[in-house]
Amino acid sequence: MTTRTENHEDSMSTATPTRAPHSDVPAGRTPAEGRAGTGLFHPQQLLTSLPDAFRKLDPRVMVTSPVMFVVLIGSVLTTAFSFADPGDWFGWTISAWLWLTVLFANLAEAVAEGRGKAQADTLRKAKTDTVARRLLGDGSEERIPGAGLTIGDLVVCEAGDVIPGDGDVVEGVASVDESAITGESAPVIRESGGDRSAVTGGTKVLSDRIVIRITTKPGETFIDRMINLVEGAARQKTPNEIALNILLASLTIVFLLACTTLTPFADYAGTHLTMVVLVALLVCLIPTTIGALLSAIGIAGMDRLVQRNVLAMSGRAVEAAGDVSTLLLDKTGTITLGNRQAAEFVPVRGTTEAEVADAAQLSSLADETPEGRSIVVLAKEKYRLRERHQGELVGAGWIEFTAQTRMSGVDADGRRIRKGAAGSVLAWVREQGGTVAEDADEIADRISAAGGTPLLVAVQDRTGARVLGVIHLKDVVKDGMRERFGELRRMGIKTVMITGDNPLTAKAIAEEAGVDDFLAEATPEDKMALIKREQAGGKLVAMTGDGTNDAPALAQADVGVAMNTGTSAAKEAGNMVDLDSNPTKLIEIVEIGKQLLITRGALTTFSIANDVAKYFAIIPALFAAVYPGLDKLNVMRLSSPDSAILSAVVFNALIIIALVPLALKGVRYRPMSADRMLRRNLGIYGLGGLIAPFLGIKIIDLLISLIPGIG
Amino acid sequence: MGPVLAGVAQLLALMAALALVYVPLGTYMARVYSSDRHWRVERWIYKGIGANPDAEMRWAAYLRGVLAFSAAGVLFLYLLQRLQGSLPGSLGFSSIEPAQAFNTAASFVTNTNWQSYSGEQAMGHVVQTSGLAVQNFVSAAVGMAVAVALVRGFARSRTGELGNFWADLVRGTVRVLVPVAAVAAVVLVACGALQNFSGIHEVGQFMGGSQAWNGGAVASQEAIKELGTNGGGYFNANSAHPFENPTPFTNLFEIFLILVIPLSLTRTFGVMVGSVKQGYAILATMVTIWAGFTALMMWTEFAHHGPALQAAGGAMEGKEARFGVGASSIFAVSTTLTSTGAVDSFHSSFTGLGGGITMLGMMLGEIAPGGVGSGLYGMLIMAIIAVFIAGLMVGRTPEYLGKKIGSREIKLAACYILITPALVLVFTSASLALPTPPHSMLNSGAHGFSEVLYAFTSASNNNGSAFAGLNANTDWFNTTTGLAMLLGRFLPMIFVLALAGSLAGQRPVPATAGTLRTEKPLFSGLLVGAILIVTGLTYFPALALGPLAEGLA
Repeated sequence: MTTRTENHEDSMSTATPTRAPHSDVPAGRTPAEGRAGTGLFHPQQLLTSLPDAFRKLDPRVMVTSPVMFVVLIGSVLTTAFSFADPGDWFGWTISAWLWLTVLFANLAEAVAEGRGKAQADTLRKAKTDTVARRLLGDGSEERIPGAGLTIGDLVVCEAGDVIPGDGDVVEGVASVDESAITGESAPVIRESGGDRSAVTGGTKVLSDRIVIRITTKPGETFIDRMINLVEGAARQKTPNEIALNILLASLTIVFLLACTTLTPFADYAGTHLTMVVLVALLVCLIPTTIGALLSAIGIAGMDRLVQRNVLAMSGRAVEAAGDVSTLLLDKTGTITLGNRQAAEFVPVRGTTEAEVADAAQLSSLADETPEGRSIVVLAKEKYRLRERHQGELVGAGWIEFTAQTRMSGVDADGRRIRKGAAGSVLAWVREQGGTVAEDADEIADRISAAGGTPLLVAVQDRTGARVLGVIHLKDVVKDGMRERFGELRRMGIKTVMITGDNPLTAKAIAEEAGVDDFLAEATPEDKMALIKREQAGGKLVAMTGDGTNDAPALAQADVGVAMNTGTSAAKEAGNMVDLDSNPTKLIEIVEIGKQLLITRGALTTFSIANDVAKYFAIIPALFAAVYPGLDKLNVMRLSSPDSAILSAVVFNALIIIALVPLALKGVRYRPMSADRMLRRNLGIYGLGGLIAPFLGIKIIDLLISLIPGIG
Repeated sequence: MGPVLAGVAQLLALMAALALVYVPLGTYMARVYSSDRHWRVERWIYKGIGANPDAEMRWAAYLRGVLAFSAAGVLFLYLLQRLQGSLPGSLGFSSIEPAQAFNTAASFVTNTNWQSYSGEQAMGHVVQTSGLAVQNFVSAAVGMAVAVALVRGFARSRTGELGNFWADLVRGTVRVLVPVAAVAAVVLVACGALQNFSGIHEVGQFMGGSQAWNGGAVASQEAIKELGTNGGGYFNANSAHPFENPTPFTNLFEIFLILVIPLSLTRTFGVMVGSVKQGYAILATMVTIWAGFTALMMWTEFAHHGPALQAAGGAMEGKEARFGVGASSIFAVSTTLTSTGAVDSFHSSFTGLGGGITMLGMMLGEIAPGGVGSGLYGMLIMAIIAVFIAGLMVGRTPEYLGKKIGSREIKLAACYILITPALVLVFTSASLALPTPPHSMLNSGAHGFSEVLYAFTSASNNNGSAFAGLNANTDWFNTTTGLAMLLGRFLPMIFVLALAGSLAGQRPVPATAGTLRTEKPLFSGLLVGAILIVTGLTYFPALALGPLAEGLA
């Protein structure tokens, strides 16, 4: 963003962007449905993923999840014991449900991965066998397969060609269809030099001819990495996931101890526990619910980002997003609408508002910049000036804006009207020997101080040259931003607005938007220093960026979201890429990160709280025969010992499937303070986890007792 | 006043007294461990042991200090007992057998004070005063030192340094334990506890016959026995013995001594980490569990079924008539929820459920409020586990007191909570599965099982109280309980100190509105739940086969 730093003097120079880079409505192929918390889950996904679930029974795959690996071993053991005693229906039933438990866990993971696979297939189509036209030293071309390119090769692409690899445009301008990657059908402009030179392999040139220098090896291109990411092939366990796995493994060991030592205890008490019963008890106690869903939760978190057209290069970044406590937000496009708009016409002493409005409108008729258009609109809406068209003014000479003159205007009907930056217009008036109203400067300063941009309007006619008044151009803060920042503040996240504006202007906008802090006249170095300062205080920082000079800051930030319209350097440096190039999305990314962590914590709490009920089901079933007093623990009044154990095992398996949608969609998330969030989630998942299995096991037991011959 | 009312009144008086000293004692201890000035007597000690009290230690060095000091303690105590027969001032008692000497040495150095001997029939003045009493002070000071090191881990940042073990050890002894114990000893003497070096007296009994009683420095040992949550009685009957605990007042006073340091250390913790509210949250967690257990214990002991119990006004078997059900219940809960193990009544004679409460108290890891030092660090480990499980639910990776709980921290905390269940369950099941050890059991059935389970629960958690009934003076039990005590004390310390080192090296994360507020009642409630579920559930099957089977019959 720093390459588009605003300079209020230069407001008219806003180059027309290649395409609206900061569209407020992300136009991805899957429309982002507002807040985190949405996600797609269809029950039939369970069926389609079944083959994958079976494939994952491979012990080499299972061993990565210690909890489920123990269940797998348990299943093998009980099955073996059932073979030894084939007439034992109980052993067979328990074995079957243990296998189902393992399968359900695999199914959860397979469903989570399956959603990415479809996306990966679409991407693969984009990269099939391109032919590259490689430029040789003598200027001639040769045709080679895209896979044969090496870094540094120059290739030519013309209208209709698919770009064979990632690279930078070194010659020419072209419109490119990037819908294969972004889902956005409107073409974008790619040109040599500057921040719009990066092209992505697999996208299609629609017009003109460009020469591209290849910057990435085939097989490591953006599209390849994207495929790996959405498929989960490159998925590595995140730090918090690793830590959670350690805790789950240690709980598994504790319960393994409790169950194995139970054999001599029971023998002493005068009852013998079979292997089937011991394994059933163990599987019920170890945290299978979270163990089964842990990786699905992680994959689904990445997937939720993909649905919002954000690619996280690592799961670590998604986790870090939840921890972010400082957000660096670019003013333009994130906090304010991309462009300033005319808010009022202020006349100098001796003129009227209507005069200013009339002159301003005339001078802006040919001005196609958003600012120019907003002047015409304001003149029409507020001063009821009829909208005139360029053609109505016969013989009018239109003065285009240039970076040198920093003015635009019109010469018509013997009047010469100019509007532009204060300094330039004042110089022009003096040049024409005109007079400058003494309050012109004062008005301009007042507008600057209020965060606006003053544009002077001057006229030269029979009475000479003079300043008529000032157009107040205002940054328009997007709707709802103030509330959004308020929410972030309640979540403990500080927002810092980054702008090229002077401190005065920046302060006014910051106050209007309700951000906590601002960085005015920001250079890339300032941004970097700010990030380092925040990090030195232990804070995690998230930012967006697109320019090459943003790259160091993007790399330094804990969450660096590069805009897809940006340079390859920026994309390389960040750990996320937003395909919609919509910086507002940073807020959503943080929410998705938090949602991921909350889901993980909620299901862990739920899983552990479940154990209480399972003990109350199984312990009386095992020992009430020798110690009748223990039947008092059978608070659920389960029908028989066998049914009690079976009900606990069945509940344990079914709860996994029941929670798959929650794992994939994530726990409902609303921005609120940590206190309220903890209270709410502890109520639902802690208390709920305590109570739910009592009800569930009782219901299953009732159903089992209805089966003739059991119960 | 009825016995229930009397019990409740004593409970309230106790809580008022503890509340009164909480702030001054806690703040004083924080100053003791933060001061950079040395007392003259401390300088002499440092010179004597050749330690530099100002050198900062990293966690490994701190641990080496703990282990070296404790190993020397075990060796010295072992030799002292083995040589008792040839030492003067031994009342003619012979040397202790190797297995029992090892067991006793391990027991006193680990702050357990499990006793497979009867004090009045085995240990002379020299062993009692220069061996056992000394360890009563220093083993407590070691526990406090390790706790303080962990607190420094939270309080400090971007350094690996945890303070100086020798300075912490000496200061804890000289500035906290000795002065308080001295005052307490005077109070006990004033109330009738014994303090002399007299020999063995033949005493005629009221019902005829005679008993042999020796004197000793009982009151002074009694004071540190409770204050340092040690629990090793001068006499076999421990605090039920009138020479140790003569009146209802001394009984309440001893409970006060047991609880005062572990509770006040939460204040020390709060002061040292710069937020006394964090200390209050930990205190609230401890008090909630302690008060809940006490209420439960009083309920089960007062709920008298059957004519004998009704006539006595409660389950009076094994309880002293001068204390009654209420005070005995408070004592039993306090001694098992700390690592004390002193008893003023016989836990095996409590109702089935009452016995289960004493066991569950130890099984929770003795953290409410726990032993001096060990209670605080055990509770902080549980806080880390609770933060890790539930902290994610606020949408941030877990952090406690500004320190991230990452995989290294959780690995160490998980190892900590694995140790005692492993020791208790493995040794108990081995004792039941092997042919000889069950001969030590007095009872059969569920009660017999409880005897063994209690023994290893007590030893592994460094409590030291016994369920009675079990003959623990066999080679098997002397050796296994000795090992359980050593492993149950020092393995956790290794993980605590490693954790402290890892925390001290971190850069603190500033608290924001998005941070889990660990100083709020909600967190204390969550912590209570995590403790009961995570550690309680580990033992549910074992408890079901012992006290629950008996109590629910």
